[in-house]
Amino acid sequence: MLPELGHFALILALLLAGLQAFFGIAGPMFGRERWSAAVIPAVAGQFVMVATAVGCLMASFVGNDFSVKYVAENSNTALPVFYRVAALWGAHEGSLLLWIMLLALWTVAVAVLASRLPRLFLARVLGVLGVISFGFLLFTLATSNPFLRLDPPAGDGADLNPILQDPGLAGHPPVLYTGYVGFAVAFAFACGAMLEGRMDQNWARWTRPWVTAAWSFLTCGIAMGSFWAYYELGWGGFWFWDPVECASFMPWLVGTALIHSLAVTDKRGLFKSWTLLLSVLAFSLSLLGTFLVRSGVLVSVHSFAADPSRGVFILSFLIVMIGGALSLYARRAPLLKSPAGFELGARESFLLFNNVLLVMAAGTVFAGTLAPLISGALGLGTVSVGPPFFNPTFMLAMLPLLALLSIGIHASWKRGRLGTQRRTLLYTLVAAAVLGCGLVYGIYSHGHLLTLVGATLGLWIILSSLVDPLDRLRRRLSLPRAVIGMTVAHIGLAIAVIALTMVQSFTNERDVALAPGASATVGGYQFRFDGVGPIEGPNYDGVGGTLVVTRNGAPVAVLKPQKRRYSVQHQVTTETAIHYSRGNNLLVALGDDLGAGRWSVRIQIRPLVSFIWIAAVIMALGGALAISDRRYRLARPAEAVPAAAAPEHA
Amino acid sequence: MINRFLIPMVAFVLLAVVLAIGIKHAPEKGVIASPLIGKPAPQFSLPSLADPTRTVSSAALRGRWYLLNVWGSWCGTCREEHQMLLDVRRSGRVRLVGLDWRDDDSEARGYLQQLGDPYEFVAADHDGRIAIDWGVYAAPESFLVNPAGIVVYKCMGELTPAIWEKEILPRLPKAQMAGS
Repeated sequence: MLPELGHFALILALLLAGLQAFFGIAGPMFGRERWSAAVIPAVAGQFVMVATAVGCLMASFVGNDFSVKYVAENSNTALPVFYRVAALWGAHEGSLLLWIMLLALWTVAVAVLASRLPRLFLARVLGVLGVISFGFLLFTLATSNPFLRLDPPAGDGADLNPILQDPGLAGHPPVLYTGYVGFAVAFAFACGAMLEGRMDQNWARWTRPWVTAAWSFLTCGIAMGSFWAYYELGWGGFWFWDPVECASFMPWLVGTALIHSLAVTDKRGLFKSWTLLLSVLAFSLSLLGTFLVRSGVLVSVHSFAADPSRGVFILSFLIVMIGGALSLYARRAPLLKSPAGFELGARESFLLFNNVLLVMAAGTVFAGTLAPLISGALGLGTVSVGPPFFNPTFMLAMLPLLALLSIGIHASWKRGRLGTQRRTLLYTLVAAAVLGCGLVYGIYSHGHLLTLVGATLGLWIILSSLVDPLDRLRRRLSLPRAVIGMTVAHIGLAIAVIALTMVQSFTNERDVALAPGASATVGGYQFRFDGVGPIEGPNYDGVGGTLVVTRNGAPVAVLKPQKRRYSVQHQVTTETAIHYSRGNNLLVALGDDLGAGRWSVRIQIRPLVSFIWIAAVIMALGGALAISDRRYRLARPAEAVPAAAAPEHA
Repeated sequence: MINRFLIPMVAFVLLAVVLAIGIKHAPEKGVIASPLIGKPAPQFSLPSLADPTRTVSSAALRGRWYLLNVWGSWCGTCREEHQMLLDVRRSGRVRLVGLDWRDDDSEARGYLQQLGDPYEFVAADHDGRIAIDWGVYAAPESFLVNPAGIVVYKCMGELTPAIWEKEILPRLPKAQMAGS
């Protein structure tokens, strides 16, 4: 009964999303007040229906209803309840439902929190969100219905993919999707402005907190995925430039660019058409990511549910949404006028460089991700693109970006003179270089030039970011939350840069064959292997090893890596054991049974690797602080600033 | 004057065309019908991964069933597949040879040292020429070839226990299955 109810709720949600789209767009277009006013009830109704559908599916999972095909394919009676809930988004159909649920949540958030925006503009924004929701609901119902029944019902389920049975799975997709989907709000704001034919500094101010919020979620989501890969996939890597990772990274890069170009549009009324384009692009890349993951055109570790017929649907949807937005852009953007320009050394220039470099970085990731596809389409044969392409090209864009960041935050708007700031910059740079040398040569006693450059740039950002806020505090001047947020986010970025540099330069890794009682020494730590014993879990069994770690005779940790065999899917997973010590992550993983009690063991020591993820959290925290700035909450009379360019309404 | 704001639209149209072609070529639910099936397996003669001074060639494979597995140490899915390959080796039901695709020799050797080496031998296809002959789309891929040197089955992506049992074992002759 519940699955039918859920299915029915989804159909109603589809109808309500259609009404929301129609009323939201047609109401303002034809000047029908009542139509525009009907958008809010449609939003509320759609949310209730989607929540009902999610609740029904979740109940089927928790109640082990294996007459539901999706439940039977992704759950099992032996699966702990926690994972039965998380299994909801363990495969394609459910993750789509999660996507829709999150979009409905964002839509409700816009309807509630942005209720002071001009009514017609808000109606248009909600209408565009309705179009997106309609597309995804139609997609779900037509190609990926999670409520299909099995006849006869399965006796027991096929279990959740074992590598997904991890607390990381519970958090990673919802947070990542919240970020992905959040860019839909910026997209809708941009389309709303273009439909209205007007876009001003107020628009930028309205949009900024939404973009920052989505970006913060996406930052956390990517970091969680990377952390999960590090400890669960079993070989201690944290970023693989896998197509799906790239698909989440491209919207992040463009979203970062958007945050900065919105700042210019907000403060100075410049970059208007560019900001609109980035708003459209950030979400378009999210959609493209969905397409790449779900259609199976690119093979990746994530493509466990790829299906070309779904690809055709998403592609059509992509063409409608992105094509529609871009053709609107081509018609409306030429009408936008910008006020007078700025000098070369002004902050605007630095933000322009920031945007160019970030979009360039996103472009290289895009090219690398799609290269196999493009070369296939042109009949040029197979190409494979991996870290040898991504690492250097990405760094090419990132190094100048980091170097310009410190200078940019000290530049003033409009005018190109750095003035007294020049001395501050010089001092902080020298200090950073000295500290960088200390870090690289003092602690690690050797290093590549690039290592020194990375460490110095990171430290420079931290030091130079702190100068201005500390000065303000000393002089008891007010420090807006937006400035604190920016500083925190930049420091987070710097920490990530330093950590990545150290990890890339000083990772110590060995694969050794160890008999019980034998030891291996890696990076100053001694690892003694005490053999393996059997282990038993709720839905798996396997072996667990014990390694006693010491440093100069002093005990450090006892690590217990496992190799699990999940009983239903007969899949083996490697559970790494990780210990944090003196800034290093010690990771051990069991390899193969070499016979006679000997095992191959991977021992990896990564310095500062935890800081990569901590840095992401700091960046997201910076975003949260910036959103909480009161200037975004003050009600502004919408008609206060005249439209820069307002063509006649169609 | 040309409207420069049309550029994103034009770029998107081009992208949409590429994606559309991509879908047409996309594997149907993980199984791709290789044009090679029913045709003679492409010949190769490549340096051996274990000892680059030695050459390994497809000629040596004639007369028995073999499974050619295309992999690379850079390929994440290959790692996931690896346990299955070790199981295949242990089962002894078919010869397993590796084609190390566009890889660095020392990294590939480290990979096999770490995870275990399931292959009878590995041919190092540094520039990917041979992989193109075989129509490799993305690693991992596995080709089942019969004693006459005819490709009978291609597994696109990870070789799972299900594919092994449903697609590969039934194609192998009973006599060989009784072995091991």
